[in-house]
Amino acid sequence: MPGSAHHLLEFVQHLINGLYLGGTYALIALGYTMVYGVLRLINFAHGDVVMVGAYVALFAAAGLHAPAPAPWYQTLLIFLLAMAACALLGMLIERVAYRPLRQAPRLAALITAIGVSVLLENGGQLPWVFGSQPRSVPELVPRVNILPTAWGLSVTPIELVTIGVTLALMVALQMLVQRTRIGKAMRACSMDREAAYLMGIPVNRVILVTFALGSALAAAAGMLIAVKTGQAHAFMGLMLGLKAFVAAVVGGIGSIPGAMVGGFSLGMIEEMVAGYGFSSWRDAIAFVLLILILLVRPTGIMGRAVPEKV
Amino acid sequence: MAHLELDKATIRFGGLTAVSEVDLEVRPGELVGLIGPNGAGKTTVFNLITGVYAPSAGEIRFEGRPIQGLPPHRIAALGIARTFQNIHLFQSLSVLDNVRVGRHVRARSSLLQGLFLTRGSLGDEAEIEAASRRLLNVFALEDEWNWRAGSLPYGDQRRLEIARALATEPRLLLLDEPAAGTNPQEKDALMQLIRRVRTEFGVSVLLIEHDMQVVMGICERIYVLDYGKVIAVGRPEEIRNDPRVIEAYLGEAV
Repeated sequence: MPGSAHHLLEFVQHLINGLYLGGTYALIALGYTMVYGVLRLINFAHGDVVMVGAYVALFAAAGLHAPAPAPWYQTLLIFLLAMAACALLGMLIERVAYRPLRQAPRLAALITAIGVSVLLENGGQLPWVFGSQPRSVPELVPRVNILPTAWGLSVTPIELVTIGVTLALMVALQMLVQRTRIGKAMRACSMDREAAYLMGIPVNRVILVTFALGSALAAAAGMLIAVKTGQAHAFMGLMLGLKAFVAAVVGGIGSIPGAMVGGFSLGMIEEMVAGYGFSSWRDAIAFVLLILILLVRPTGIMGRAVPEKV
Repeated sequence: MAHLELDKATIRFGGLTAVSEVDLEVRPGELVGLIGPNGAGKTTVFNLITGVYAPSAGEIRFEGRPIQGLPPHRIAALGIARTFQNIHLFQSLSVLDNVRVGRHVRARSSLLQGLFLTRGSLGDEAEIEAASRRLLNVFALEDEWNWRAGSLPYGDQRRLEIARALATEPRLLLLDEPAAGTNPQEKDALMQLIRRVRTEFGVSVLLIEHDMQVVMGICERIYVLDYGKVIAVGRPEEIRNDPRVIEAYLGEAV
């Protein structure tokens, strides 16, 4: 094979991988950005909701005796179960951990978020919860190359499904936020919570819905990642959550399109850096990017500077 | 029967009694002013009525029903709407969407039904949109319906805030310094608008205002607040000549 064609193929491979990786980051980043939008809170427990989503999918697959690969309707059912369970978990976390601190200084809520994260990670390791050993996740969607080996490219169904599902969920979320009443109520709350309250918007319910949506997206990401990597463990949400948080900040925290742009950018950059000879930098690059963006454009790519109200 | 009644309403923040045993009533269809020097507790009274704060003591009744301690969105649903001293529009929503958000409280289907696009919620949406556009017509904002609220000129933003408040279909409208920052011509237009709103929308109005020309010009009765206490109440001409009021304003021409 001529050298230039080889380089092109390699580049295309990294593009595909970057798209897959970026999609998962974007899905998780959306939850950070939505919650930040309505509460000005960085919900550090969000990454761990991803982990719970992966486990719920794992248990649901076991409960349904799903074969590997599973028929599409079974996969869909497992997917929806994971999303629904995490939506409930997200609302529970909001109700129990954050709502009592609504009037407290923001630092108190932030520390509580870290506390919830530690609780989920370590509670998850208990033998009667998820256990401390990684669990293998059945191959609900095949993770084998579907292209002829001679092409020198690898594309798996789970990657395609992930990219497709990510894009579909983003379109759905965008429609919901722009078109529906609850979406408008969410935007109103994020712009001026006090005025929203006084205009008759049930702010607490809107906040609950925001957590439910963000957590459902996190669960979707968790299941897709677990099926792709073939395993789930109690700390899998830690690095994912941090990187998605970086993606949200890079895109402009509080902005939904920003989270999408930030997620895909981070995934693509990470893949390119790791793919072209700096694979040991894979995890570090996200944080290098975070520092750079905070220096150059602290509001993120799509973020707007909000003057502090006085 | 009084429309709105404050019965010895009191709120303390730590050692500070911001509002002390305030008795106040607004009768149906009445246009009532609430004035007083800076820091007298006027906006705090609004915050008590709308549920931002719960009173430490005393009672607040709306149409005969105690409302103190209810959350703000419930009080809005009961029929009290307000505007703000510093404009609190949803800056990056469109003009139409600002009014639409105000109308949601009157929708019959729940927010979650809206999520699943049930027939009821779609009907609601159409109704909300039509009613919101009618409202923009009344306030001469129909051509700007697609503008970002934050990009409107100041005077238009003030009018939009009143339109948004009326979208909740209130029976009592609280206006917090509607004339703040407006020029003399705008002031006259504003006074006409407030009178018109009262008759066309059938609301009673309680307004806080520093501009004496506006207060004396449109209010039927005026309450004067100083250090959290009502020091005088009466018709404009009575207030103008009340020695306690003149003293509170320290010689300012009233």
